[in-house]
Amino acid sequence: MNAPVLDVRNLRIRLPAGGDRAYAVNDVSFTVSPGEVVCLVGESGSGKSVISFSVMGLLAKALEIESGGIALQGENLVGASEARLRALRCTRMGMIFQEPMTALNPVMRCGAQIDEVLREHTDLSASMRKTRVLEMIRQVRLPDPERMYTSFPHQLSGGQRQRVMIAMALILEPALLIADEPTTALDVTTQAQILKLIKEMQQTKGAGVLFITHDFGVVAEIADRVIVLKHGSLVEMGGATEVLMRPQQAYTRMLIDAVPAHDPPARQPIAETEPFALRTVDLAKSYNTISLLGRKRSVAAASEVNIEIRRGQTLGIVGESGSGKSTVARCIARLIDPSEGRVLIGGKDFASARLDQLHAMRRKVQVIFQDPYRSLSPRRTVGASIIEGPMNYGIGREEAMQRARKLLDILRLEPSALDRYPHEFSGGQRQRICIARALAMEPELLIADEAVSALDVSVQAQVLRLLEEIRHSLNLAVLFITHDLRVAAQVCDLVAVMCKGRVVEYGSAMQIFTAPQHEYTRALLDAAPGRHFAFAQAGAAA
Amino acid sequence: MSSAIVHEPSSSDSAAEDPVAPTEGLPPVQRNLGVWSRVRRNVSAQIGAALIAVIVLMGVGAPLLSAWDPDGINPAARNKTPGYETTIRDDDGNKVAYRALMGTDTLGRDIYTRVLYGARVSLVIGVSVAALSVAIGLALGVVAGYFRWLDGLVMRFMDGLMAIPAILLAIALVSLSGASLTTVIIAITIPQVPTVVRLVRSIVLMIREEPYVEAAISVGTPTPKILWRHVLPNTFAPLIVQATFLCGSAILLEAILSFLGVGMPSDVPTWGNIMAEGRSLFQIYPHMILFPGIFLAVTVLAINMLGDGLRDSIDPRMSKQL
Repeated sequence: MNAPVLDVRNLRIRLPAGGDRAYAVNDVSFTVSPGEVVCLVGESGSGKSVISFSVMGLLAKALEIESGGIALQGENLVGASEARLRALRCTRMGMIFQEPMTALNPVMRCGAQIDEVLREHTDLSASMRKTRVLEMIRQVRLPDPERMYTSFPHQLSGGQRQRVMIAMALILEPALLIADEPTTALDVTTQAQILKLIKEMQQTKGAGVLFITHDFGVVAEIADRVIVLKHGSLVEMGGATEVLMRPQQAYTRMLIDAVPAHDPPARQPIAETEPFALRTVDLAKSYNTISLLGRKRSVAAASEVNIEIRRGQTLGIVGESGSGKSTVARCIARLIDPSEGRVLIGGKDFASARLDQLHAMRRKVQVIFQDPYRSLSPRRTVGASIIEGPMNYGIGREEAMQRARKLLDILRLEPSALDRYPHEFSGGQRQRICIARALAMEPELLIADEAVSALDVSVQAQVLRLLEEIRHSLNLAVLFITHDLRVAAQVCDLVAVMCKGRVVEYGSAMQIFTAPQHEYTRALLDAAPGRHFAFAQAGAAA
Repeated sequence: MSSAIVHEPSSSDSAAEDPVAPTEGLPPVQRNLGVWSRVRRNVSAQIGAALIAVIVLMGVGAPLLSAWDPDGINPAARNKTPGYETTIRDDDGNKVAYRALMGTDTLGRDIYTRVLYGARVSLVIGVSVAALSVAIGLALGVVAGYFRWLDGLVMRFMDGLMAIPAILLAIALVSLSGASLTTVIIAITIPQVPTVVRLVRSIVLMIREEPYVEAAISVGTPTPKILWRHVLPNTFAPLIVQATFLCGSAILLEAILSFLGVGMPSDVPTWGNIMAEGRSLFQIYPHMILFPGIFLAVTVLAINMLGDGLRDSIDPRMSKQL
């Protein structure tokens, strides 16, 4: 019973020449026992996905296992034939991927996709297979199994798709389940359900689980044992509580410290005398489509949004995907035109401003976008990107450059960065460049639309700290859009919780996080992974 | 490419984790940086470029490579096979040795010389059609892609254009304004424009949703500048590739038009015209069609090889898909 399901020994995987290091994975050894959840944790580029792919035999051709062994129930997988690996996949090891939409075949019905596993690996008759598939669909708690069986992936929600993936991975009761960031693309409430399901399935089937994640909240939720990776090397390994509560290595401690605490820190209230930087009055955005037959359809992406931010204040809008939080941000920045309501910035209505008035008003509102890789034009130097805005408003090149240099200094970037291109910078640095570009406009309102969501947790903490400093020193109003409640708890004075296009709860961060009134807010807070776990670092992010 | 009405934040986190790339996921930018070094290493592009260079030199240096007049008629030496030798009197009355490398046609004109001069017409047509259709297509494509309300109008018009066969259009134009270089170029360009418009429009549709374009909007950059600075540069690489293919097919089309007698005036030496004149006798004298045909095929092949090579170097993913 105690023989490990998976035994990885001294695994070393070479990176192609020209990479940032010689080995993607360097001398990593660990085991996964039956009925155990082992979490591989690390930041992007730590080699955790490479390990999972090498176990499945799905390693990209450019990567090569140089030495070491991978044994699945005692059978060596390194150098095993493609045919043997194919036979082992699903029967003895199953895998769930991050993005269930791309992992499922969009033109095959879900039932047929699960059925395919049985067809390939068993001799069951068609009717027996169907019974088995329906039973499995029921086990992963999908509603209405018959309908699910005949549904196409696009007809299901993200969580449902992930359940189909799990059903597919577990239908042959493999001894090992590899889950590669299975909840990263999901909303927090869905994530909680999927985590619960994985834990449950693992307990009933007694499988060993190798769980890959970057989120310490998820680790706290699900792991029995934790392996921390950094740049392809093993940093620390141990029991979950052991590693999370008493990390031995400085790197692990740094990672855990960077996880924003769940409770909001006490914040100085903003004086009532501060002027409003932004007020929205019944802001709404709906999309109207008219079908060929003249039938009108209207979808409300946001409706009756009333929020206020004073100078120096941070208002967070939290919600799940599709809640309309980004729509609100984009309406306020007039990247899209709101359908109704007013957006008052400095007393003037931004929402109904005509094109010629808009130009003058734009500089007061600046946006930082989510994806640092796409927010900067790849063909323009950082300097050109930063001075573009000020020069649009008649500031001379020299003066604008001067200002850019000063901003880079504030954001702790070398002045030489001005002449370089965005691809030479890491995600965190690029996000700081985007902040510099926004600040160069000397805005009154800064909108951060999921600005730290794509960043690793340690980088995220740095960027958040910087944003806080800037808000404080420039007395900026910040509209902070995020799906991450922990982050919102750390940086926001006020929080608006959005659900299906409406603000369901609006109040101070302290009140929302400690005494939520609305049912949906409570559900959100309950679903946050690792909420029972005190990532005990006061003011880690603040 | 849905219209991406709302940016979904939840899929966001995926950006942080690229499962296959252990080095911090190669952003699309990095591919573009080594383009020229990759082009230089690409065998197909090299061979294509070298062949094109030879043909360009041939066309430019035609008077140096042959001492004869492409239109010079010699009734004594009609329908001669390649390698025919004789002596003829030149304008001053001196006897000169003449060797017909590729034989002569029914009027005794030297096919070798005509093929050399024919390269000029082919190249001029290829290059000008490519340049014209890219210029017109780029302008229309950017407008259709960026200004959504014009999209339907422009694209339906393009659909209409695409429905007209090039040859039919050429016949109509030639009968209206007579055979000339301009007519042929216009006749070939018009049906090519829609393909460029479609390509540019699809790129613009993609780029206009990029956050850096939205960032430019929010820092108050006027729309023409956004198009010029942020949108247009993204179309260059695919357009260079597209232009080479346009050039190749334009040369081919010109040859077809001339062969059918609706292209260049028949006294102008073009590969299509040479072949058209040799048509009636080609069973007895295959060289009349063979040589211009070989040059036409090699030229188009070279251009397509260059285009393929450029495409592979500029966008490796595209080469896998096609």
